[in-house]
Amino acid sequence: MDVSMKLNHIFSVFFSFLVLFQLQIVQAEQITPLESEADSALLLNQLVSVKSTSDKKDLISLIAGSNLPQRTRVLTAMQDGDLYYTKADEQLVYAKTHPDGYEIRAVVSGEDLGVVGSRKVRKISINNELRTVLRGVLAELALRSEDAAERLAAAKDLIRSPAPEFLAAIERAKAIENNDKVLESLNIAMAMINLKSDQQVFRLEAIEAFRGTLDSDAMSILAAMQLKDSDGNYLEKDELVRESSAAVLSEMRGKAKIYKLLENAFFGLSLGSVLLLTAVGLAITFGVMGVINMAHGEMMMLGAYTTYVIQLIMPNYIDYSIIVAIPAAFIVSGLVGIVIERGIIRHLYGRPLETLLATFGVSLILQQAVRSIFSPLNKSVSSPSWLSGSWEINGALSLTYNRLYIIIFSLIVLLLLVFLLKKTFVGLQMRAVTQNRAMANSMGIRTGWVDALTFGLGSGIAGIAGVALSQLTNVGPNLGQSYIIDSFMVVVFGGVGNLFGTFFAAMSLGVANKFLEPFAGAVLAKIFVLVFIILFIQWRPRGLFALKGRSVED
Amino acid sequence: MINKAIFERSAVGRLLLADKAGRYLITGLLAVMVVVPLCNLLMPAGSFLHIPTYIVVLLGKYLCYALLALALDLVWGYCGILSLGHGAFFALGGYAMGMHLMRQIGERGVYGNAELPDFMVFLNWTELPWYWYGFDNFFFAMFMVALVPAALAFVFGWLAFRSRVTGVYLSIITQAMTYALLLAFFRNDMGFGGNNGLTDFKDILGFSLQSDVTRCVLFALSALSVALAYILCRAIVSSKYGRVLVAIRDAESRTRFMGYRVEHFKLFVFVVSAILAGIAGALYVPQVGIINPGEFGPINSIEIVIWVAIGGRGTLFGAVIGAIAVNYAKTYFTGAFPEVWLFMLGALFVISTLYLPKGIVGVVNQMRERRAERDATSTPEQGAQS
Repeated sequence: MDVSMKLNHIFSVFFSFLVLFQLQIVQAEQITPLESEADSALLLNQLVSVKSTSDKKDLISLIAGSNLPQRTRVLTAMQDGDLYYTKADEQLVYAKTHPDGYEIRAVVSGEDLGVVGSRKVRKISINNELRTVLRGVLAELALRSEDAAERLAAAKDLIRSPAPEFLAAIERAKAIENNDKVLESLNIAMAMINLKSDQQVFRLEAIEAFRGTLDSDAMSILAAMQLKDSDGNYLEKDELVRESSAAVLSEMRGKAKIYKLLENAFFGLSLGSVLLLTAVGLAITFGVMGVINMAHGEMMMLGAYTTYVIQLIMPNYIDYSIIVAIPAAFIVSGLVGIVIERGIIRHLYGRPLETLLATFGVSLILQQAVRSIFSPLNKSVSSPSWLSGSWEINGALSLTYNRLYIIIFSLIVLLLLVFLLKKTFVGLQMRAVTQNRAMANSMGIRTGWVDALTFGLGSGIAGIAGVALSQLTNVGPNLGQSYIIDSFMVVVFGGVGNLFGTFFAAMSLGVANKFLEPFAGAVLAKIFVLVFIILFIQWRPRGLFALKGRSVED
Repeated sequence: MINKAIFERSAVGRLLLADKAGRYLITGLLAVMVVVPLCNLLMPAGSFLHIPTYIVVLLGKYLCYALLALALDLVWGYCGILSLGHGAFFALGGYAMGMHLMRQIGERGVYGNAELPDFMVFLNWTELPWYWYGFDNFFFAMFMVALVPAALAFVFGWLAFRSRVTGVYLSIITQAMTYALLLAFFRNDMGFGGNNGLTDFKDILGFSLQSDVTRCVLFALSALSVALAYILCRAIVSSKYGRVLVAIRDAESRTRFMGYRVEHFKLFVFVVSAILAGIAGALYVPQVGIINPGEFGPINSIEIVIWVAIGGRGTLFGAVIGAIAVNYAKTYFTGAFPEVWLFMLGALFVISTLYLPKGIVGVVNQMRERRAERDATSTPEQGAQS
């Protein structure tokens, strides 16, 4: 009843005065709930009948202040010019353009009204003044949303388009805001608006408010204040403001630089983790067994294709498919590895260069097999939802989850491997066989078995790396080839037969690559790293952490 | 007819007298060098004896590969240096030749710029980079064909051999070298045409590259180069110096302890090999008509190793046979059964390493030894059983 009374007022002669009064109610507190569907329909359909700008303005405020469920949508549609009414029964509709006119949907009932000709509907017209009002109202609505992410987005929007008319809305939103990030954005938005004020005090205060934040828009505004025009005069006339902005800017830049450094380090570590994953399997087959396994890349490829097949089998559980794919890829690649070892490599021990040829042949066969089975085209492997998104620490630093997970994952794989080699009986046997095959054999270790297991282990880990790669790059028959050289570099750089060396080499190469990239570009950075490795090997011909002792001599 | 006495007295003659397979190879190469161009140029197109031009080009390509394989066998087969980067020397020689041919295009390019190759005009470059100077001169370019690979091999080898990088480590860093060059040549900023490489060549020394005569001459030159390179390599490996190389291959430390400067020997043979590879590249480019960074690909270099391994490592003529046989098989199978080719090639590597550790030459030798044994010791009936 309260509302319907108000609706009547809209058409009264005292309209403007009363509305002003009501507006204050609207903004100060939630308006009393609408009683029924009919009331909301009444309110919305006023949009069809009111014609003057000021009437529309008031109506907009009323709609915004109501608790109609469709208020945001209606106002957004109005702002975007998608709000129409049917000429026949003057019903308010959302319209989408369609080849045959408009596709319309009733606003009040939400009913789909199908496609009508463009002559059958008329637009709810708005002008620039109304557009400003709508923007303010929508911003305030968003700022009051239940969802913190929506509030944050609204606050960020305000930072980008600061206008004095939002000041009051921001103040009100700040009073009830309890999320730190939103609050910070609101502060920045307010400072942005205050910066445009003509009073020095406000402007200085605004600049102070930027200190401690890392907002990029704020930084560009402060930087703009330092610019000179063509005559050498500062664009910013007020010297005090200029100096204070320069001080805050340099502080912000210093902080941003540190975060940039951290971010680079993070990117580098994640690249290093990829390298570690791809190289650690090779560290076993190449490092521990002395087999130049050119088919290592194809083991990764098999792992990636296993992920693809698992996703084909369980299309409804993409989120869990990766979890299933990890052991599956380990088993598939591991078994293929064991077959290769028993069938070919077994006959070639002690002739490392021959293993290179034979495993290269195997890699060609595997590639062609995949091409024949799956087609030579790349396959798309979808990422589970928990891998996407990022962890935003502040304005300058955000860490994407997939990179974060890959760092953790590679470390887990490495630790498990170290555990297996150092603490289990199988690991003991593996180390015994690599150190002294004949002696191990005479102590009753079945060296042939251990060889097969070791090779299977290295290949299986390559398969796991393939699962990780399937989330990062295209899954195709050439997947392995693009990583094999990098893997060899990592193992050789770290020192053959040393897992810690492999870890250290992968991480340092990854970080070095990422830190070189901003100066040199991605390709040149990679060339530098390769040249560095070539030169480094001259200095330490057996890698960073070379094994010592007699067993080293070949 | 060559006077037999003169032949026996000359250095090359003495060399070949001790090398029966080499004699066959040289004779074969010289015969091919004469017969193939004659069959292409003189026989009418419909004739049974006519060899179409595309076959001439294909054979020329095989011969370039044979020269490259020879270069690798010299370092790998006789000195134990398994280079996985020989494709880089080949490609550098090819690029040097390509640069000369590019400059020869002159005003006939798409943009009609007499000074700058098309791709530089396309990149809005205004002047020739300094490292392109001189390549319009044929003799300078030919000098560079040898010098650039030699310089790279010298610097790389000097660093690597001095610090005693051996075996697997050496192989991997040679691979890193060619991979780094691959990435570098892919960059447009390098001034070598980016990933398109150098192509659209028109003529060489004024002779059109499209004409049959030029193609035949290039083919004959390739055959001659293989023959000369074979003699050079044979001379190296059968000299006293070559004995030291083999000693290094079989027991490097022991050779060093006997007082030989192992790194000097290795460096010399590595540089010679790089020059041969560069010449192979330079002969390859005008026949194929293009050189691009793909030639630096690590896989290409591994393929060279495979030719040598399949032909028979450490025999020189085995390398020539392997390069021609594998590439012929490649041409045949990629044409006839493209799907099966990689399976075939892969299986070939696996089988040849498992069962033919000495390659095709090894099999032939084994068969011959068996026959000799049989002839010497037993009656034909017993021989058939064994």
